[in-house]
Amino acid sequence: MKALHNLIEKKVKPHFEQDGKLSKFYRTFEAFETFLFVQGNVTTRGSHIRDAMEMKRTMFHVLIALIPALLFGMWNVGYQHYQAIGMDVDFIDQFLFGLYRVLPIIIVTYASGLLVEFLFATIRNHEVNEGFLVTGMLLPLIVPVTIPLWMVALATVFAVIIGKEVFGGTGMNILNPALLARAFLFFAYPAQFSGDEIWIYAQVHAPEQLVDGFSGATSLAVLAAGNLESMPSVMEMFLGTIPGSIGETSTLAILLGAFVLVATGVGSLRIMLSVVAGGLFMGLLFNLFAVNEFMEVPAYYHLIMGGFAFGTVYMATDPVSASQTGTGKYIYGFLIGVITLLIRVVNPAFPEGMMLAILFMNVFAPLIDHYVVRANVKRRLKRVKPAEA
Amino acid sequence: MNIPLKGEAEKILQTPSRAKEYAVKPTDFHGLFPKMMLEEGERVKAGTPLFYDKYNEDVVFTAPVSGTYTRLVRGAKRRILEVRIEPDEADDHIDFGAADPASISREEIIDKLLKSGLWPAIRQRPYSIIASREDKPRDIFISAFNSAPLAPDLDFVINGSEGDFQKGLDVLSHLTDGEVHLGIDAESTTSEAFTRAKGVRVHRFKGPHPAGNVGIQIHHIRPVNKGDIVWYLDVQHVVTIGRLFETGIYDSRKVVALTGSEVENPRYYRVHAGVRLDNIAGNNVLQEEGVTPRFISGDALTGEKISANGFIGFYDSQATVIPEGDKPELIGWLIPNMQRFSVSRTWPSFLMPWKKYRLDTNIRSGERPFVITGLYEKYLPMDILPMQLLKAIMINDIDMMENLGIYEVAPEDFALCEFVCPSKIEIQSVIRDGLDNIQKEFA
Repeated sequence: MKALHNLIEKKVKPHFEQDGKLSKFYRTFEAFETFLFVQGNVTTRGSHIRDAMEMKRTMFHVLIALIPALLFGMWNVGYQHYQAIGMDVDFIDQFLFGLYRVLPIIIVTYASGLLVEFLFATIRNHEVNEGFLVTGMLLPLIVPVTIPLWMVALATVFAVIIGKEVFGGTGMNILNPALLARAFLFFAYPAQFSGDEIWIYAQVHAPEQLVDGFSGATSLAVLAAGNLESMPSVMEMFLGTIPGSIGETSTLAILLGAFVLVATGVGSLRIMLSVVAGGLFMGLLFNLFAVNEFMEVPAYYHLIMGGFAFGTVYMATDPVSASQTGTGKYIYGFLIGVITLLIRVVNPAFPEGMMLAILFMNVFAPLIDHYVVRANVKRRLKRVKPAEA
Repeated sequence: MNIPLKGEAEKILQTPSRAKEYAVKPTDFHGLFPKMMLEEGERVKAGTPLFYDKYNEDVVFTAPVSGTYTRLVRGAKRRILEVRIEPDEADDHIDFGAADPASISREEIIDKLLKSGLWPAIRQRPYSIIASREDKPRDIFISAFNSAPLAPDLDFVINGSEGDFQKGLDVLSHLTDGEVHLGIDAESTTSEAFTRAKGVRVHRFKGPHPAGNVGIQIHHIRPVNKGDIVWYLDVQHVVTIGRLFETGIYDSRKVVALTGSEVENPRYYRVHAGVRLDNIAGNNVLQEEGVTPRFISGDALTGEKISANGFIGFYDSQATVIPEGDKPELIGWLIPNMQRFSVSRTWPSFLMPWKKYRLDTNIRSGERPFVITGLYEKYLPMDILPMQLLKAIMINDIDMMENLGIYEVAPEDFALCEFVCPSKIEIQSVIRDGLDNIQKEFA
């Protein structure tokens, strides 16, 4: 280890330092170097000792939490494909098929996103932030597998620049970058992002092989169309053997991820629970006043359909774009749940409400915080009066 | 949270022989602009004034021991860092006159404290600076237990000085029209000097660090609002004040705990204020190949970095020695190292709550913007929104700082937040900047 470190310090690093040939790429070098080694930098001011936790480890644990959804998503891509063309293949083939389709999306996301990140870190001369490690994995999981790769790159670049860097980078952004990328795609390329013919690989790339009468509609689309009889079963929706975006279908896999996030304390249980509470509340309200079939759907169906679970666990909990105060998190989460169902049930133009609900609440999170802070200020000012009396 | 560090001091009190050097460090006193009153080479007695505050000429700083003022150590921009004194055998003192605080006026008490150089022991909130004689504090607060990492046990420290402590409390009660509040630990405080202290109101606190911080106690007893001024002191300074009124001399002796994982035999020492560290730590620090020790006057969270021959600070009753973390570690952010401590459950330390750690000074990451939320709140037991206050300070929004409670806080109260911060933001410095800006605004 020492030899490797010496090699980097003595042979590689000088090229990137001030007078080196590659000094322009110092920040890129530094990102890789700090990835490889925790540096021997010591405290100079303030607390002499520091907690072992830092950003890399935080982000890494979100990635760990995404693994179940990712692996399941890969398998499901293959499973859906072979089902659609009526072929019976074994588990490994299904998974490999998915791996082969999903991996390029992930690679393109990371490559294009990190390029922008490194570029901005170099221009602004700050350290490269770890935030994109997570964004780069979230984005591939919330797009359909049929997405063209150039679209992935375009959306990523758009999200990183407009969603994050213009505000000053990770920690300063208002909107969740991965969701912003998806919203960008959704509105810019509606043909590739809505409808019933985009969720399964075979539908786009091998439509002639499709089994007769095959429908690749998501459960939300089925519901919106009022075809209650062709809905998948609760078990199918919970396990995730249904069409949908790559990583969002399996509530079970997402629950595993949620367990990792909550057990390690990386994700906010408070937000997750309040989103679910908001969703159930609105669902029950719809049930009470149901005038059509969509409103009659049992409230818990909504938790396992579409992107609700994925958004709840991985998107709403993004600490930067969520509410930052404790009380605020309850309000923020609850309203995400409520608005998601409102969009799903009341607005037939958008079968999926999770993305828009979270983005909408991202925008309102600072306002919620503002009122929570105001309440704190008022409470503190009140103390003066009894003290004087 | 109590950070489980190795090297707690054993309850053995030693009295080492006279140190080679003592020093008064103007840098111990925030905002002080020292003006020297002596020339190098002049002889001093214990209690001889060395320098005064340019902006507050009444406040003088006196020699803790008798001897010769040998050297003035300056730093960058000729800032005075240390006023060094070589002690001699004479041990003579300036006599400030013993007095019964009940029979002299408040003004006379204050004059005596100022002249003897003990006035700087009294600090004020807001701002956490030396108190001003013009103010009449609403209340005076003393914390009778220290919850910082490896902090000295004040029950042990007070042993034998109970009378002086009570005398000191009597003196203080004449300085305020309000009350003198004494915060004790509901479980561990047993000394009757604290539990049965007379003329004060005793408050019981329960819980881990920072419960022993006087700022936290003030917040829960009677918070500081805009316009309020309260004073606070350390227990050992109350004892010193008591002795001044009992005997008439500035007897700077105090008990200092030598702690930390790099100390061979951590224990307590009775020394004069401003003692050179090697006097107590000289032969008591572990030597290990490749490990550089870091010497700290104070505790590992809030103390000041000094050299092996540095001096213990005026307000410190503890010295800590821990290893420097100056070695790189291969993929150290990922490998689940058992020797690392973290409040985060992503590290295995939460599985071993009994374990004590030999933590080093490695920062472990570059500085990042705020990302994680809801973390600082757990380590600041006040009705204050820490992140919002920090952001208000960073953008220098005076109104917001006032509203969010800047008057109640001191850097030490945020030390744990700084420790846990995954973005490695220097939170204590931010708080100090905020206090400075507010002070300037109303100066």
